[in-house]
Amino acid sequence: MLTDLTIAAAAERLRRGDLSAVELTRAALDRIAATDSAIHAFLTVTADEALAQAAAVDAERKTGHDRGPLAGIPIAVKDVIATKGVRTTAASKILADFVPPYDATVTRRLRDAGAVIVGKVNCDEFAMGSSNENSAFALTRNPWDLDRVPGGSSGGSAAAVAARQAFASLGTDTGGSIRLPAGYTGIVGMKPTYGRVSRFGVIAYASSLDQVGPMARDVTDCALVLQALAGHDPRDSTSVDRPVPDYGAAVARGADEGARGLRIALPREYFGGGMQPEVEAAVRAAAATFTSGGADVQDASLPHTEYAVSCYYVLAPAEASSNLARYDGIRYGLRAPADGLLDLYRKSRAAGFGPEVKRRIMLGTYVLSSGYYDAYYLKAQKVRTLIRRDFERVFADADVIVTPVAPTTAFRIGEKTADPLQMYLSDVFMISVNLAGLPGIVVPCGVDAAGMPIGLQIVGPPFGEEVVLRAARAFEAATSWHQLRPPELAEGKPPK
Amino acid sequence: MTDLRLGTYESVIGLEVHAELLTASKIFCGCSASFGAPPNQHTCPVCIGMPGMLPVLNRRVVEFAVRAGLATHCRIAPTSRWARKNYFYPDLCKGYQISQFELPICEAGYVDITVDGTAKRVRLTRIHMEEDTGKNIHDGNSSGSLVDFNRSGVPLLEIVSEPDMTWPAEAGAYLRTLRSILQYLQICDGNMEEGSFRCDANCSVRPKGSTTLGTKVEIKNMNSFRAVERAIAYELERQVRVLEEGGTLVQETRLWDPDREETRSMRSKESSHDYRYFPDPDLPPLVIPDGFVEEVQRSLPELPDARRARFVEKLGLPDYDAEVLTARRDVADYFEAVVAAHGNAKAASNWVMGDILRLVREQKLDDAPVIERWPVSAAHLGALIALIDGGTISGKIAKTVFEEMLASGDAPAAIVERKGLTQVSDEGPIVAAIDQILAANGPKVEEYRSGKDKLFGFFVGQVMKATGGKANPGLVNRILKEKLGA
Repeated sequence: MLTDLTIAAAAERLRRGDLSAVELTRAALDRIAATDSAIHAFLTVTADEALAQAAAVDAERKTGHDRGPLAGIPIAVKDVIATKGVRTTAASKILADFVPPYDATVTRRLRDAGAVIVGKVNCDEFAMGSSNENSAFALTRNPWDLDRVPGGSSGGSAAAVAARQAFASLGTDTGGSIRLPAGYTGIVGMKPTYGRVSRFGVIAYASSLDQVGPMARDVTDCALVLQALAGHDPRDSTSVDRPVPDYGAAVARGADEGARGLRIALPREYFGGGMQPEVEAAVRAAAATFTSGGADVQDASLPHTEYAVSCYYVLAPAEASSNLARYDGIRYGLRAPADGLLDLYRKSRAAGFGPEVKRRIMLGTYVLSSGYYDAYYLKAQKVRTLIRRDFERVFADADVIVTPVAPTTAFRIGEKTADPLQMYLSDVFMISVNLAGLPGIVVPCGVDAAGMPIGLQIVGPPFGEEVVLRAARAFEAATSWHQLRPPELAEGKPPK
Repeated sequence: MTDLRLGTYESVIGLEVHAELLTASKIFCGCSASFGAPPNQHTCPVCIGMPGMLPVLNRRVVEFAVRAGLATHCRIAPTSRWARKNYFYPDLCKGYQISQFELPICEAGYVDITVDGTAKRVRLTRIHMEEDTGKNIHDGNSSGSLVDFNRSGVPLLEIVSEPDMTWPAEAGAYLRTLRSILQYLQICDGNMEEGSFRCDANCSVRPKGSTTLGTKVEIKNMNSFRAVERAIAYELERQVRVLEEGGTLVQETRLWDPDREETRSMRSKESSHDYRYFPDPDLPPLVIPDGFVEEVQRSLPELPDARRARFVEKLGLPDYDAEVLTARRDVADYFEAVVAAHGNAKAASNWVMGDILRLVREQKLDDAPVIERWPVSAAHLGALIALIDGGTISGKIAKTVFEEMLASGDAPAAIVERKGLTQVSDEGPIVAAIDQILAANGPKVEEYRSGKDKLFGFFVGQVMKATGGKANPGLVNRILKEKLGA
């Protein structure tokens, strides 16, 4: 099937002319039509726009102009990322009918690279969640087992790629939201260094942590998308003005040289406890793969790891409580019928936000309140600094850090919705990386007894995307986990 | 110094000024910051707070803040920080205002003021940058309220004084001096009525000699210097009245009602906002580049204090003239251009302070941040004074010439020429006119000679009339004296 091609392979055929962007786009749209009643990855499918975009790419290619490897490749975009003229909801009722008059910078960069945007994919409301169960509109299912969650918050992005509905997707990662669903759905997902990719036009959850990144079926494809996204954006003051390296070259080096000479740290705080034994075994096996590939794997310590989740659940809600204040029913978005201004605010926000978003707004409002600020927000900022320093110390002697993605593989739908703290702990191995602003990639490294994918996280120093990609590709080249795919769905089969 | 009835109490006043900056564009987006456009014309997704939009700092705002800081002797922070001030209001599009809180750009400065000839130093706590909000409009025609976001994101400086002032007149002097400084720096037009220069006052009273501060009340809604002074005076007396009647004061915000000339409670501290300030994660700390402060320092104009002193010392003007002429930079510039054209600073001062400023006020030319159009050009005014000083025309004729300059815009010499207004300094015609008048007024000549000195003016008037006002008054006086004395 065309939809099984990697981007690299599809791009080669497009370049040769024995495949058109329209054919490829039609294949993706057909695949979405055939499978999404079971997966529910998409909130909006932009079939007409996608076909028009694909036709334009084909026409342009006939004139001899080649925009590069993403030209004509169907890609899905998380619904917290603005797409001009196309509904962008953040999976929230408060933005149910919001159509932005602008593209996010990452959307614009995809378009400039010739990528074909096939639609907007589901996520937890305002990217707050670890299972995708917080969407106001749809319950996205894990293509490997429709009774399980795809992870969150970029669950639609992950499921669409895993189910071959799109060749790649954009996700956002504030506390693991690209990497966790990538791990749960057996694909590759990367959170770049904070500041590497523009946040302009990305609906903010926690601005000091949010970062857009690629999700794809292998490391090479992931690097191709990252190449298009990365770079300074004068419209985002936190984006860093620093040259963008050739990520393809870093990937090639991983394939050519393997793990030879890489110094790899295994942080002991990321193992043990309530971890699913198969997960620990798979990650240890991955470490052994690196060792046999010529890497030097050493144990290391990130002593403040245990505070990361608490720290995150102070800082991220604090920023969110402020970022989400603009959804007030005044200028756009849902406005509830009301009697007077205060009533308008109360009713619009009560009707527009789901329970998890409200919980985080309340948490954030509380920790910023007069009298509590020092004890919570300021303290958490200090912890954040300590966590960052933990990583700096380890990176003094290591090129990358390797960890599990989560204590378990994808859990069942509804399993954790009653207990928010249990849900929050899904991201226990993810969050430190956001707090420290580091690049991290997740690649598949095994399956458990139930056949669910297990992911491996590889973390690099700030702006160390190259070494992260090299290590990830080296692992991928030495294993075949990335070639596993979810069981084929019966066409249109409803979920169990 | 004051007619306030404060009895055994003394007053403490501190002021917070919000000055809108005259940048071409807004502080965090490229929209125009200018006044007067139809509602919501100067807006974009950034300054109406659309999802995913991010602020990008306008470098000019930093330059303007540093200018203000240097002109008020502040310490410029090498690193300052942006903070979010969180509250809900329809004119606040993001639900927070981007401001500065813990680390403002300027701290610890001062402004020297003079009240009734007494100098005083008012210390500044801080100056920080922030964005303005939009404006709610309740026009009565529609069922709800409307919001105009043209002002949303216009840059502001908040300038906070220490509680160093005692009397309303000091508050007025401080505001006038501060406004003058900002106008000299060409960073704010200082228009209180339009709200580009706004002031909130914090005031309290305490028993004389006490070293602790009394309960502070904040007054808002004062739209003129006069309103500030009236509101503070009212409020101080109200506070004393409450205390003398055995009552207690509450920390609160009160609004000045200019029609009823009183302050009214708006909200108390208990119901005041908790703004939940925290550093804005969308903006990195503001680091002032090396050499930037020095560069701004070099570009500072001569400030009002220095200019006033120079006008007194170098041009020999009276203190009062120097004060009036330097209150606005454009007026002082105009005055100096007149002096440059001819000299005679005192004459130039009289003309500028008299006829010119009267016309400027009548024609509201000073509504503009910088007066672009003057009633007559500085060169022409200088030339007019030169004609007087050279004896070509009298001061009286000069008024006629000035009127003609206003009407025609012509150079004074051309007008004098055209209208034949050149002063008669030939003795011949003057002597002839005097002889004729003395002959025709024999009885009055006798009265004068018998001691009625006051009649001298009558003879002068008659001579001037006979010569069409063109006779040189000095000559007329001398010859008349000679003839009458004979």
